[in-house]
Amino acid sequence: MMIAGLSHNAQWVLLGTLILGTAAGIVGCFAYWKRQSLMSDALSHASLPGVIIGFALVGSKNLPVMLAGAAAGALLGALLIHWIRSSSRIKEDAAMGIVLSVFFGFGIMLLTMVNRMAGAAQSGLDSFIFGQAASMVQRDVWLMSGLALLVLIVAVVAFKEWKLFLFDAAFAKGLGLSGRFMNALYLFCLVLVIVVGIQAVGVILMAALLITPAVSARYWTDSFGRMVILSAVFGGVSGASGTVLSAYGNGWPTGPFIVLSAAALFIVSLAFGTRKGVVVQAVQQRRLRKELTKPKTERRTAEGGNAV
Amino acid sequence: MTSVLQVEGLSASYRKNKVLDHATFTVKPGTLTAIVGPNGAGKSTLLKTILELHPALEGSVSFFGASYAKVKSRVGYVPQRGSVDWDFPTDALDVVLMGLYGRIGWLRRPGKKHRQQALQALREMGMEEYASRQISQLSGGQQQRVFLARALVMDADLYLLDEPLAGVDAATEKAIMATLNLLKSRGKTVLVVHHDLQTVEDYFDHVLLLNRTVVAHGPTAETFTESLVHRAYGGTLRWKGVTSG
Repeated sequence: MMIAGLSHNAQWVLLGTLILGTAAGIVGCFAYWKRQSLMSDALSHASLPGVIIGFALVGSKNLPVMLAGAAAGALLGALLIHWIRSSSRIKEDAAMGIVLSVFFGFGIMLLTMVNRMAGAAQSGLDSFIFGQAASMVQRDVWLMSGLALLVLIVAVVAFKEWKLFLFDAAFAKGLGLSGRFMNALYLFCLVLVIVVGIQAVGVILMAALLITPAVSARYWTDSFGRMVILSAVFGGVSGASGTVLSAYGNGWPTGPFIVLSAAALFIVSLAFGTRKGVVVQAVQQRRLRKELTKPKTERRTAEGGNAV
Repeated sequence: MTSVLQVEGLSASYRKNKVLDHATFTVKPGTLTAIVGPNGAGKSTLLKTILELHPALEGSVSFFGASYAKVKSRVGYVPQRGSVDWDFPTDALDVVLMGLYGRIGWLRRPGKKHRQQALQALREMGMEEYASRQISQLSGGQQQRVFLARALVMDADLYLLDEPLAGVDAATEKAIMATLNLLKSRGKTVLVVHHDLQTVEDYFDHVLLLNRTVVAHGPTAETFTESLVHRAYGGTLRWKGVTSG
């Protein structure tokens, strides 16, 4: 494999983005069926000011503090979206648009100010916008992988509950599965994946890693379980291959390559997906048309007096 | 006689509009009741508020003399077919299995026994051959039957159904009514939001006439009379927004 050409650190980074992509693929599936794909975009943008404030508070690049800041930003964004939607006539998509742009704009403003501070220029804060997996060190990878694994475990252990909640939340409530609890758990997983991913993928493109694998997986299967697994695989492959590709350039950002890998998988799925792929569907439709005309001719011959 | 469901002074609203105003009624065990009323009379809201899916402004609800939280497993709810996304990637059997999730226990996987039970429920709805069919590939009537099978498998004592006969074919209507009568004969209590005035007398032994509040409630022969139905329906036509109950 090409991985042999990577440095020791790059191999660690590769493992990190692989696990990150897997977790993002799974949570993305949940977001897809909650019809909240855009929510992930709003929340990842909303995490930027948190990252910068975290940096400014400590005065140096301290990843746990910055990630905590990112989580706080994303959660605040989610609360605001919820509040705007429930207390005004503004619909959810508009609320997400407002939160996304205001938080991101605020984040960029803070970033510009902080970058003028002494020592901040070398902090690599810019990498949180487009992602720079190469800037991660082994400790970062451990932290990221740990958090991503936590999301994985939550998804797998409560798989049956996720399915029920996503298909019919009202019925789930009747069975005693609290909608409030599941919504909180969902938001927890979503924010965790975003927080884990922004260093490698960047706040702008993080949503693509959440949305694209799930959409691609939908083209291959009619089973929710298989869709989640496939989405996890697609996410993992996108994360890993994007990292490898960006590692071959000097200072190339990782996010765009991860997203392009995911997009390539999407295009293949769109065309050749066995369930809903464009090509496959065309073939199926033609076969169906043939089958539909067949019994009619049989009937006609039967009516004509000939035994079939 | 003990009541299965007791609703007292229940009110609910959507934004500023009070869609349910002091609804009070008691459902006796073993009855098959139609909830009938004009559009916007609060029929679905009544069910949702009873089941705490919609917040109540005031009033109280008790099931079997207890609060809903204590007897959830004894109450089966069949939501309107349009309340879920039928494009969700799963098959008919899997949806029916969801009715057993409470009994299977959280975080546990359904076993062979549960699959047999779900299959049996599908069989009772005449849907056995569609067990492994994608739910998106089912007709509206078939989807409704799957929903009913999911409620059946819960083996509840009280069933609340929201417009189960809306937009279904004649065969499905027959199958659903046969099932509801079977439930009744087993001593279960069934409450159905119903829209077709033509069939009320044939299908139900009790009627609850609703127009934001309970206009009348009782045995079909006494309640489903021209003057009372007219009060439930005609009232809103003549005096918009003012209930006559």
